[in-house]
Amino acid sequence: MVYKLNVNGKTATVDAPADMPLLWVIRDMLNLPGTKYGCGIAQCGACTVQIAGVAARSCMTPVSSVGSRPVTTIEGLSLDGNHPVQVAWQEIDVPQCGYCQAGQIMSAAALLAKTPRPTDKDIDAAMDGNLCRCGTYPRIRAAIHKAAELGSSASAGRSQTASKE
Amino acid sequence: MKRIDRRSFLKASAIAGGGVMLTLHGAPKALAQGRGGAPAAPPDPHNYIRVAADGTVTILAKNPEVGQGIRTMLPMLIAEELDVDWKSVKIEQADFDDTKYAAQSAGGSTGTPINFMPMRQAGAGGRALFLKAAAQTWNVPESELTTASGRVMHQASNRSVGYGELTAKVATLPMIPVGDLKLKDPKDFKIIGHSVVGSDVKNIVTGKPLFAIDVVVPGMLFAVYEKCGVFGGKVSSANLDEIKALPGVKQAFVIDRPPVTDAIIGDPGMETGIAILAETWWHAQSARKKLKVTWDEGPRASGSSTAYAKRAAEMANSAPQRTIRADGDAEGSLKGAAKVVTALYSYPMISHVPLEPQGATASFKDGKVEIWTNSQQPGGGRRMVAQTLGITPNDVTLHMVRGGGGFGRRLTNDYMIEAAVIAKQAGVPVKLLWSREDDMTHDYYRPGGWQNLTAGVDASGNLVAWKNHFISYGDGERFVNAGAMGPTEFPQRFVPNYALHASVQPLAVRTGALRAPSSNAFAFVIQSFIDEMAHAAGKDPVQFRLALLEAGTPAPGAAPPPGMNADRMKGVVKLVAEKSGWGKRTLPKGTAMGIAFHFSHAGYFAEVAEVRVDAAKKVKVNKVWVAGDVGHTIVNPSAADNMVQGAVVDGMGAMMAQKITIENGRVQQTNFDKHNLLRLTKAPEIEVHFLKSTFPPTGLGEPSMPPILPAVANAIFSASGIRVRSLPLSDSGFTWA
Repeated sequence: MVYKLNVNGKTATVDAPADMPLLWVIRDMLNLPGTKYGCGIAQCGACTVQIAGVAARSCMTPVSSVGSRPVTTIEGLSLDGNHPVQVAWQEIDVPQCGYCQAGQIMSAAALLAKTPRPTDKDIDAAMDGNLCRCGTYPRIRAAIHKAAELGSSASAGRSQTASKE
Repeated sequence: MKRIDRRSFLKASAIAGGGVMLTLHGAPKALAQGRGGAPAAPPDPHNYIRVAADGTVTILAKNPEVGQGIRTMLPMLIAEELDVDWKSVKIEQADFDDTKYAAQSAGGSTGTPINFMPMRQAGAGGRALFLKAAAQTWNVPESELTTASGRVMHQASNRSVGYGELTAKVATLPMIPVGDLKLKDPKDFKIIGHSVVGSDVKNIVTGKPLFAIDVVVPGMLFAVYEKCGVFGGKVSSANLDEIKALPGVKQAFVIDRPPVTDAIIGDPGMETGIAILAETWWHAQSARKKLKVTWDEGPRASGSSTAYAKRAAEMANSAPQRTIRADGDAEGSLKGAAKVVTALYSYPMISHVPLEPQGATASFKDGKVEIWTNSQQPGGGRRMVAQTLGITPNDVTLHMVRGGGGFGRRLTNDYMIEAAVIAKQAGVPVKLLWSREDDMTHDYYRPGGWQNLTAGVDASGNLVAWKNHFISYGDGERFVNAGAMGPTEFPQRFVPNYALHASVQPLAVRTGALRAPSSNAFAFVIQSFIDEMAHAAGKDPVQFRLALLEAGTPAPGAAPPPGMNADRMKGVVKLVAEKSGWGKRTLPKGTAMGIAFHFSHAGYFAEVAEVRVDAAKKVKVNKVWVAGDVGHTIVNPSAADNMVQGAVVDGMGAMMAQKITIENGRVQQTNFDKHNLLRLTKAPEIEVHFLKSTFPPTGLGEPSMPPILPAVANAIFSASGIRVRSLPLSDSGFTWA
């Protein structure tokens, strides 16, 4: 089947099986490897992208279900790594191995777009689906608070506009 | 061999260009690789440092990076002594080359102790060349010259020159003997000991291709590899014609298991199986689900965790198969002890599950193979690839790519061998990627075990006897890989009467080193049982431990025994007690603190957990305090704190919910829904303190992990009265609050 997707503000046409998860379309067909495979059953969150601004596990999202809704991957979150979440992640030096962090960042950015000044409870609710095998959770929490300080107005919507420019 | 064009992020081996002074690859690759053995010390700065004419400094990081921060830390050591500004440094990953670089591996928390001096010497050797070049250029004595920020200065004549302007001159100079090098006084360090953000962090947060899973080479196919659920099982027949006709599938074939075993680690190498190659990984994986295979499962199909547990219980009540150590008279002193406690402890097999599943990319052409790998032990992998393919190690080129976690899983190279063999048979470059299910069911598991302990205290509450019947897996006198207990396991030499006996039974799956191997389980047992003895003696758990450590402290003037230095351990126990307010804070009912310490990988760690337990066995870890002594220098404090906090999170995850079981020879847990990691909501506040001692720096990724399990278990006892003697906690009805 041929699907017309809107990924990071650009139209992409792919010929893929209907049940092919968005994750593999993004990685192996669109050459956007920032989104990671970790479990394939929506348990780890490494594959998190935003679909219409909402965090989604792309490993369990069939390409046929996406339609015209805009998809944002880590590569499209900002023009030059300057989304407040990405800036905070660098300032706090969050990653160890770094493999989960694209997914963590996409979840965090979706949270901040909706809740610019999240409480710890908000963070718990938004981030519980993202595993970090290295255990960088204390820094992830700190970085989300930091990102909120840096720019509570940041939103997935704005970032997407930026990536079109 | 014709090189494959690679994406820019993997161009580490293709460095060239004008103005280069310290060249990276002085010798042709074919000559440079495969002579075997470690290169002669001292490290040649030419192998690590490049300075361009414009002054840009590029430093080669030689070790595998799997999240331990080595790709940042080793260049920090070089940059410090080279005397350049950190912000001017670019870092590139070196390929594997054992003729240029000493050990290129990631294991045993050895990165820091092995490299702390040699990398500084490499940097100092570079700086010495620039000094000599400037002295010759200006015709002044070197003693009148100083350096700073990548420049040489001559104060007397008010002249200065950038390193980049001296490159032509330096190229003509021989290496400076290591004995002539002047290392910096640590008080002048500008980089070492100062927090530096990881060198790949910007690329990580922007989703750049960094990991093995991200490697792309032109013309490659994506591969999956189906193996028998029973280790050692062979393919009898499979519907390959049907598979080859499926959408996107390009090739499908059976690979027989090559008869290769690594002599050093007992790694059996790759298993037999079925490779499916397709235009995307999903196409290959989808086709795999349509496979119909008849397996010859072989003798391991009877493996059963239920049976292992039953047999272990029998062994615990029988005479041990052998004695590993006997000091004094444990049996006799137990008879005379004021109080004796006996307890059977156990812990399950667990899986490494680095978040990036195993995989590698390989290209085989004209008898040579090029591999992109995140191996923690590329040298061993290269040897096994060569043996398996019937080529020489010189014909195996390894590009070292960032790994999405390691934890010891990537010390074994089965998946690298698979990629190489599949690529050779396919005749095209291949990116092999395991599914999570492959990863969890084909691991080298942390072996489970049982320990039947008896100990006694005298009337004064001193530990006088310790007896352990250690029950593990193995065959005769041989323990399975990472399943041994050695004759000096704590509290040996700290208690006068000590006996360690062992029994083993065969295991149907392979085992291996997982972060802090053996310690990751033994600390839970030993430090929990020491806690039991403290309570039996009516002593405060911190005071009981300090007294025990005192008992093993050598007399003044006596030569220190090998292994744990009791004074250093006392130091971290006291520090963590002080920082946590041990015994000084009033806690609500149902909340308590637990302490534990453990020595491993040359590191000293003591940890306190404050834990709340409710009537429904819901556990909340409120806060953890860590005190560590890993020597006089923490090279990168930001990375160190992060690593130690991660170790606490890792240990908590393992103790609550991780357990691998086998039935009919097959691993039962296949994904994170059945073998959980800790989640963010359960991660406590973790305070990290380092005690800076006078000892040379050592590693901390491993030694910081083991104490958290008994610290939490001991806190659970103090909070609830329930003594946990078996992991995971979830098997005893505990859950996180």
